[in-house]
Parts: sequence; structure tokens; C-alpha cells
Amino acid sequence: MKPFTYERAKTPAAAAAAAMRTPGAKFIAGGTNLLDLMKLEIEAPRHLVDVNALKLDKIEATPGGGVRIGALVSNTDLASNTRIRRDYGVLSRAIVAGASGQLRNKATTAGNLLQRTRCPYFYDTNQPCNKRQPGSGCGAIGGYSRQLAVIGTSTKCIATYPGDMAVAMRVLDAQVETVNAAGTVRAIPIAEFHRSPGDTPHIETALAPGELITSVTLPAPIGGSHVYYKVRDRASYAFALVSVAAVVQRDGSGRVAIGGIAPRPWRVAGADAAMGQGAKAVAQPLLAGAKPTEDNAFKLALVERTIGAAIAQARETA
Amino acid sequence: MKFDTRAGTNPIDQLKVIGRATDRIDGPLKTSGTAPYAYERSDVAPGQVYGYVVGSAIAKGRIRSIDLTEAKAAPGVLAIVTAADAGPLGKSKRNTAKLLAGPDIEHYHQALAVVVAETFEQARAAANLVRVDYARGKGRFDLDASKPAAKMPEDEPDKRFGDFEGAFAAAVVKLDARYTTPDQAHAMMEPHATIAAWEGDRLTLWTSNQMIDWAVGDTATTLGIPKENVHIISPYIGGGFGGKLFTRADAVLAALGARAAGRPVKLTLTRPMIFNNTTHRPATRQRIRIGCGRDGKITAIGHESWSGDLPGGQPETAVKQTELLYAGANRLTAMRLSVLDLPEGNAMRAPGEASGLMALEFAMDEMAEKLGMDPVEFRVVNDTQVDPMDPKRPFSQRQLVKCLRDGAAHFGWARRGLPGRVRDGRWLVGMGVAAAFRNNMVQTSAARVRLEQDGTIVVETDMTDIGTGSYTIIGQTAAEMMGVPLDRVVVRLGDSRFPVSAGSGGQWGGNSSTAGVYAACVKLREAIARQLGLDPATAVFAGGKVQDGGRSMPLTRAGALVAEDTIEFDKLSKEYQQSTFGGHFVEVGVHAMTGEIRVRRMLAVCAAGRILNPKSARSQVIGAMTMGAGAALMEELAVDKRFGFFVNHDLAGYEVPVHADIPHQEVIFLDEVDPISSPMKAKGVGELGICGVGAAVANAIYNATGIRVRDYPITLDKLLDRLPQMT
Repeated sequence: MKPFTYERAKTPAAAAAAAMRTPGAKFIAGGTNLLDLMKLEIEAPRHLVDVNALKLDKIEATPGGGVRIGALVSNTDLASNTRIRRDYGVLSRAIVAGASGQLRNKATTAGNLLQRTRCPYFYDTNQPCNKRQPGSGCGAIGGYSRQLAVIGTSTKCIATYPGDMAVAMRVLDAQVETVNAAGTVRAIPIAEFHRSPGDTPHIETALAPGELITSVTLPAPIGGSHVYYKVRDRASYAFALVSVAAVVQRDGSGRVAIGGIAPRPWRVAGADAAMGQGAKAVAQPLLAGAKPTEDNAFKLALVERTIGAAIAQARETA
Repeated sequence: MKFDTRAGTNPIDQLKVIGRATDRIDGPLKTSGTAPYAYERSDVAPGQVYGYVVGSAIAKGRIRSIDLTEAKAAPGVLAIVTAADAGPLGKSKRNTAKLLAGPDIEHYHQALAVVVAETFEQARAAANLVRVDYARGKGRFDLDASKPAAKMPEDEPDKRFGDFEGAFAAAVVKLDARYTTPDQAHAMMEPHATIAAWEGDRLTLWTSNQMIDWAVGDTATTLGIPKENVHIISPYIGGGFGGKLFTRADAVLAALGARAAGRPVKLTLTRPMIFNNTTHRPATRQRIRIGCGRDGKITAIGHESWSGDLPGGQPETAVKQTELLYAGANRLTAMRLSVLDLPEGNAMRAPGEASGLMALEFAMDEMAEKLGMDPVEFRVVNDTQVDPMDPKRPFSQRQLVKCLRDGAAHFGWARRGLPGRVRDGRWLVGMGVAAAFRNNMVQTSAARVRLEQDGTIVVETDMTDIGTGSYTIIGQTAAEMMGVPLDRVVVRLGDSRFPVSAGSGGQWGGNSSTAGVYAACVKLREAIARQLGLDPATAVFAGGKVQDGGRSMPLTRAGALVAEDTIEFDKLSKEYQQSTFGGHFVEVGVHAMTGEIRVRRMLAVCAAGRILNPKSARSQVIGAMTMGAGAALMEELAVDKRFGFFVNHDLAGYEVPVHADIPHQEVIFLDEVDPISSPMKAKGVGELGICGVGAAVANAIYNATGIRVRDYPITLDKLLDRLPQMT
């Protein structure tokens, strides 16, 4: 870990300003991902702006009938919130499907959105990785890629977005609210928040330098049966091979987003439109143009089967 | 004490303390965090500073140059040692690759420097500033590609008995199948860690090591110093599984760093480095051929295995159990070893049998099906009470049949359905069985036992407790022998100043080390009896007293006395085949849509001599069963065949089972005493529990789905295309 300076910000705009002021600054909240990466020198911020005192830890109703989730609400608090469990069950279930109790106690809503890939080549600083060291190449392409992405990739990077929470937020049409150093606020639709790697896999989100996430909003509840089906090799404490966030209405219509297969939570309008026509019809538009590796081609079949399992479970719990 | 004749009745047979389920005596220390592990010894060697290992970024090649300028100038740095300035270093015969590389690189993450600094963070930051210019060499990383060039290992010649090829060709029912097992990691909880301190030319290492006397010798050999100048202290070990049988880079580099810095050095291998820097269980490619008559009797059995290791390394002895487990007049076992430039292969819990049985017991299931026989019955029909290749040599005890029959009854084996036919909602449910087999090795082991003035019994031996319960069974042994309650016994382990024990490995530690304590206790009893003027041959030690001929005296009357002895095993282990046996039964569910595989329940029935402490023995077996489930379902070191390293080198990438994977386990020990094995009449049990589990899981998956996956681990991607169609 390289030496760094540290300050604790008092307001969101001040935090953003502090981050802008110091080149190489990073925000730190729970630190469950950042500190690990710093120990490995995958991240080497020169300055840390601690945002834990910003009081962004409330879950409140919005005028439009939805909820606003503060950036610092812990995963545990979010997953166990009565309103979230009642109206946005897919989000609660996605969160508890991830990490461990201890990590969820510490991890925050904004931090979880920003967690970085678990690609083993990203994690090993001896290996080429365009995400870690732009221009160094991709060790995963032609290497061990069983966990990695099958769609939305580029010739520069095949890493997956590893999280669960954001997959549920994607299916719920969440918006990410931010503030910048000038105090300007904006709302970024979750669909636009995570970026495809293209030629710049090191740029992972739509956030501008210094821009701070203050909250995530969910629109008014859409009802339906909420399922998060996460498939992995062991029963707990593992990243998804494939996960499916689904909201299924009584008439079979609904929405679906997929985790574990792409650099961002994966949702395609055509798949939502095909809900009610069976798993194959739903999976087809989701996987159109997929470019799997030999190691992870199984994910194509697994997506369809997991969608099937999720829909079946939704029917049972409806 | 020489153990060369069958054990008669002795004080252990009283079973007042031995054989009773006993909480581990080191439990309160461990649950309260007061059993200090090597890295936690801030109470010793004042002025400790931190060492950090720089591992090679390439798998094969040469160091052209190392630039230490930036690293040396980094804050807090006290010393940096590379092979160029370490002075001459030796290599123990137990290490295949050098522990400090240079200029040649033999494997990925092989240590090539240690940076010593005032704090851990400073050492780590400076280690990342060591600039190495490599000349990348061409390595051999692909076991399958290396097979044609594989050679018969010098000390493991092919074994033939009868006419295998002829009998196999003539067999009415036959199987010829190939299986693969991957490289696996020990993934013990405590990383390799050492604190090294020099006083003049004398070195003390507080470390985490299973074999204290090997560590003394190998450290001395590596550093080129006399053995008597090395003091090893390793009283608590957070898991080893064979990964800590040897002196490794943490110990040697802590010593070199301490010498260079002139300060005691504390050093741990970081988790991401352990997988490639240390040893692992090598992958195998196995071929099994079994020929039978219609009656199910094996007429021909052949087992071949291919594995790889660094130059000068050893094979994974995956065919060993096939020499002994089943009858059959015509036999072949053979191993082939390739040279691979992957990290060093070596022992991991039940080396040989763990991988070998994953194939053999899978093949037995396939064969039973071909014969239309129940898999339990097929094994029973082929039981043997003698060494099949030396029929004059009986097993000392062999209750495999009872293990299987009792297990079947207890598990509800009769309810097993046809493959792919049993459903529980969306889950396909199946049961599998496998035999467990692991040889019982015995090793010379010494101990010192002291009677203190106040009647306390103190046992000292360099035996280690790697989480197995050694403290407790050694305490129980001394308590039984000396006729005192367990809480009057103090056990001190893991220090090279104590008499040399068997150490922990190969499931020989429990039986051998307690037998050493038994021998020392016999001597102490004699000394006490003589001191009290009693006849050592007839004196009875009980209730803190010694009684003989109507006289009874408290032990304390004898004053402080000490005795030391060594148990040495002789020809009995040649005249008799000593092995341990078991039956594993597993029920799994496989999700019909997603292919997720989940173990539902497991049972092991074990016959392994006298069980010294049923509680810690059960813990050993359920831990081993868990490890076996991991091997069956998830554990695999993924090889990058281009760059030659294990890619998933942390605990997020190398998955081992978590609690949710293992919902229900049961262990039954058969009543058994084996007077051929030792005066304790016990045998090893710590490795038996893993042997066969993988195959039992695989066979259960077949029973659930009708799908045979012969390549471990059995992950869902290998099932998907053969699962029921989606509706």
C-alpha cells in the first residue's frame, strides 16, 4: 500500500470539491473493496476523502411514490428495510445473495455500485490487464475465463461486473443521484451508469472526476412477484456464474436483468417484451451477439435455464 | 521401547480417560484467542520488524538483473536480501525447488527477495518497488501435452501380478475408463508465517510447521548452519493438511532477513502468494480397467496414473490403494511422471489415496452398474482379508464389509432409486457410496514425562497439533497411564528442545505420538514404583495413588521424577498390512433446471483401530468429509497454460466449501482395537475421512441425474447439456 493522505468531508459538495482538488483522490465509505485493492496496489490513491460523516444514511419516500436510498445506507440496512422488503423484494434478495453478513454490514449502497471486477488477471499485478493498466493487454482473453463475461465485452476486456445489488436496481429502473464539486446535482439512469469496456475498460462508470453519489432512487413500486436467482458453484459467499433478477406479473409479463455475464448489469428491452413466452424467448434477445470463450460458453445455456428457474419460482411465490 | 510383538493388555485398556469423548484441552485458549500462533508472538524477540516476500512474476526463465535502488530508498527499509547477496544456500531433499530463487526461476511466485522494514506496510510498499528484469524461458505447463514424454518414476516401478492383460481381455464384463483430478490447494486458514531471531550464530524460529525435527534439519541444511544451532517453536498451527510438512520460504527468508537487518523479523506469506509459492496436490490423469466374471468377482484390475512435477519431483501416488483394496488374481498398477514447470507438487491430506479413490471408487460404481449389482454388494464380493499380491500377509484388521453394510443400513441405502428417477420438487435426488481406504503408517516417536512435586504430570514432545487434537489425546494417554485426572496433566508440544516425535502427517501422528508417550509413561511408572519401593510389574496407578500388595501411596510421595523413551516400530508393519477402512454415503440434490449441485447429507462409517477421543476423531472425519466434498464439487487450481501459473490464487477464486454446502454429516466408528498397530491399539483417522468422499459424491450425482462426469471437480457446466430439457 502506498502512503496516502486522508480527510473526512462534512458535506457532499465539500467531499466532491476535496476529491477534485487532489489529483488521484478517491472516496472511501465502507472500504470493503477499495482497501483490498489498495493492499494489492491495484488501486493507489494519493488521497482518501472519507464520506462516512455525510449523513447520507436514510431511506425515505419520494414524492413520486418511490424511495430514495442514501449513498451510505449499509447493505444490511437496505436489505432488511421493511419497505424495501415489501415493495422491492428483488433488491432485498439480491443483496443478501451477495458477500457475507460481515461485509454487508460494512458495505454501502454507493460503494456496492462501484465495486470492481473480480477478474483474476485484474487482481494479479504481474499480469497484463487493460483495466488496471491501460494498454498492457488482456490476460483473460486466451487465459482462464470461466467466470468472465460472454456479452458486452470488447477486444480489450472481458471482465464482468461482479455485484448483485445493481442487477436488481437495473430491473427496478433505479436512478443514481450525484453531486459535483460545483454543487451541481444530476440523476443518472442505472442503465447508463455502468459503461461497456470498449477501448477504455478502465473507465467503468458515467461518473465524472470528483462526482459523488449521494443517493439511489427507485420509482414507485411495480408490484409483481420478485425473484433473485443466483447460480454459483458453492451455496454461499461466491460470485455469480449467472444471476437473474426478475419481476413477474400475474399475467406473465415482467422484467428481467442478468448478472455475471457482462461488464454491467445486463438488461435488454426485447427480453422484457418476451416475458411470458418462455425462457428461451427471453434469453434469446439477451444473448444476441454474445461472444463467449471456450471456458464460459456454458453460461449461454445457463442464462436460459436460470431464467426458467426464476420464472418458475416467481409463479410459485406469486 | 521396541514394539515388535502384538500388544497385550496394558493400562490403556482401562479406558478411564482414553476412548472417551473429551473436549480439547487447548479449546479455551483457542476460543479466547490466547493460543498464540506464530505471527502473533509479539511477546518474544523484542525489536521485531517485518519481512515481505517478492515473488517471481514469471514461471520459467532467468533474472537478468534486479534493481533495488528505489526499494532501498523507500521509507523504513532496513535490508533487502536476494540470492545474489544471501551467501551460499543449500537445499533440503524435501524441497524440490529452491526457497530463494536466482538467477534461475523455477516456478511462478518463487521467492526472489525479502524486503525488511520497520512496518508491514513499509515492507510491502518497498517490495513493490523491487524492479526485476526477466528473461522469460519456455516452460512446460500442460499435463495432457506432457503425457507422451512422461517416465516411470525411479522409486515407483510398475507392479504386476498374474497376467493382467490376458485376464482383462478374457473378462466377461469389463470397464476401461479415464478420470481426471485437478491441482488442488491446502487452503489452510493460517498462512505460512515465521518470526526469526538470531543470537550470534544461533537461530530461533517461531513458525507454523507440522514436522519439527524435519524443520530443524532442513532449515540448517538450507542456511548452511549446524542443526544444533536451530531452535524451532511451533506449538499452535492453524491447519496444515501437508502444506506445512516442510520448511518453506517464510522460515528461510525470515532468517535471512533477520540476519541482514540485525533485528528479529516477522514474515507471513500473503494469501495470494501461498497458492503458487508453496506446494499443492498435483493433478492426475487416471485410467482404470476392471474385468469381472458374471458373478461380480474381479479377475483383472489395472490402475494407471499420470502426474507432473518440477524436475526432481515426485508422482502423485494415486494407484497405491488399488494394490490393496480389492481382491483379484491379475493386477497392474503403474505411474508416470512428467516434468512440469508449475509450482511444486507435494503431499496434501491423504496424498495418493484421496485422488486415487476419486477414480477407483467411481470406476467401481460404473462396474457395479454393468454387472447389474448393487454397488455395496459388488464391493463386498471383492473384499480380501489378505494382501492380494502377497496372500501370506494378512490385514491386521479389516472391517470394510461391516463399514459398508452398517452404513447402508443406517443411511437408508435401500431407498436409493434408479438414476434420474427420484425428485424432490425441482431437485433430482441421488445417493452414492464409496469405500474409504488409507494405510496406517507408524513412525518412531519419543516423549519425556515428568512427575512434578505437586503431582502434576508434564508431557513434552515435539509432536504438533495442527488442529487435530494432539494435545488432548496425548494428555489422555498420560492421564490413563499415570492414573490421574486429565486436568492434572500439562502437555507441551511443538518445540525442538523436546524429544523428537512422529510429527503430524500421513495420519501417523495420533497413534505414533501417543505410543511414544505410552513408552515414556511406562518408564516413569517404573521409576516411581522403584522410588516408592513397590514392584513396577504389579503396581497399579489410579486415583493419583500407586497401589501394590495392599500398600497405597500418593504419587507425590515419589517426589519429582522424569523419564523419557521412544517407541520404535519393527517387523509387525511388514508382517501385517495395516490399513484403515470406511464407507462413505452421500445424498445430493441436483437442480433439474440450473444444474446446481448441493450435498444434502453425508455419512461415514469408519474402522480405524481404537478411537482415542471420539470427539476430536469425529471432528477430523467431518472436516475431511468436507474437504472431500470440496474436491468433488469445486476445488480446482486453474492453470494458465500460457504463463504457467495457478490463476485463481486467493480464497475468492479458489472456492472451498462453506457451511451452507454441508448441511448434515454423521460419523460412526466401529468398535475396533488393533494390537498389531501399537500399544495404543489405535490407528490413523485424520485422512481416512477424505478418502473416497469425492467418488461417493460423483456416484450420487450419477444416481440423481444419470450423468457420469469423470473430470473433477463436478461443476454444473459439465451437467448442463445432459440435464432434462426445459419445458
